[in-house]
Amino acid sequence: MKVMLNHPVREVEVKGPRRVKELLQELSLLPETVLVVRGDDLMTGDDMLRDEDRVEIRPVMSGG
Amino acid sequence: MRCRKCKERAVLEIPRHHTAFCKTCLTEFIHAQVERAITEEKMFTKTDRVLVAVSGGKDSLSLLDILRKLEYQADAFYVDLGIGEYSRQSKARVEHFVLTRGIPLHVHELKEDEGAGINDLADLVHRPTCSVCGTLKRYHFNRTAVELGYNVLATGHNLDDEASRLLGNVLHWQTEYLEKQGPTLPASVEGFAKKVKPLFRLAEREIAAYAIVNKINYIVEECPNAKGAKMLLYKDILNRLESESPGTKQAFYWGFLAKQKSEERTRPSMAEQDQAALRPCATCGQPTTAEICSYCKLMARAKKDGPAPVGS
Repeated sequence: MKVMLNHPVREVEVKGPRRVKELLQELSLLPETVLVVRGDDLMTGDDMLRDEDRVEIRPVMSGG
Repeated sequence: MRCRKCKERAVLEIPRHHTAFCKTCLTEFIHAQVERAITEEKMFTKTDRVLVAVSGGKDSLSLLDILRKLEYQADAFYVDLGIGEYSRQSKARVEHFVLTRGIPLHVHELKEDEGAGINDLADLVHRPTCSVCGTLKRYHFNRTAVELGYNVLATGHNLDDEASRLLGNVLHWQTEYLEKQGPTLPASVEGFAKKVKPLFRLAEREIAAYAIVNKINYIVEECPNAKGAKMLLYKDILNRLESESPGTKQAFYWGFLAKQKSEERTRPSMAEQDQAALRPCATCGQPTTAEICSYCKLMARAKKDGPAPVGS
């Protein structure tokens, strides 16, 4: 699947299928710090991502 | 995963509340939390005029969206800091947001009114950019609210912002700042608008989810000046604790607020302290503890050291 990351914007390829929480683990990201978006939809940790999916990992932390 | 309330497909888990919500129930949850914050902390009522300081980010645009949907009289105020492409992008998000919803927007342009953008001003006075930015924004938020007849100034500070700020203040034992860390600061003297933080009950991940679900087009990019900021380090540490032990952030910040409230009767109120310490700035008339306020001092220094006229 294609995974778009921010800060800086870049795209990485990750093999599917796998659950959202497994994807975050593989990318060493804390679930508390990001949201996973597919199209217009937010994904929860248990949602399954397929090989043909395109997802965005959106950081939620801001400078404050 | 299913929504704990209606059993539709969930879009967000909230471990600190042992729950998960679908799009509709998430929106209802966020609205209820903001309404509770406004009521319990006596922030404002539907007859008050509220000025919301917006940056184009998820928190402030969501706050404005929520207050409008809850039928409060909330308008927008944007300070254009002149940070190149970042400011252009964030301003465009704000303008699109207010235009599509018919919300009045007030804008302060640093380059026009102070004569330079935030980075140049910080260079001129040899101070960290974030510190100069804080001084300028606080000054213009209050001044604009008072001059335009808004009695309340609302900012999008969330639970993560407040918990990380509290951590920073406690780590350095900056006890003098703790007093001002509540979600409601009174309009204690003439020239001060009441300051409120209606998102203090919500984590920034919950607000980001609200923004996405409600199709709020906010700027995802981080301010280039925030790179390496201490606040991000404190947030990161708190997020690690939160992941291991959900509820840590709220226990830390809300616990602090409860402790502060329990001690209220034993010391002078914030309004009494302000009334004893504040007087009008000799230059601009805004309330300050010194003869000249920090904004006027900063601008005087920028004018003195600047190569070109600044703020004239």
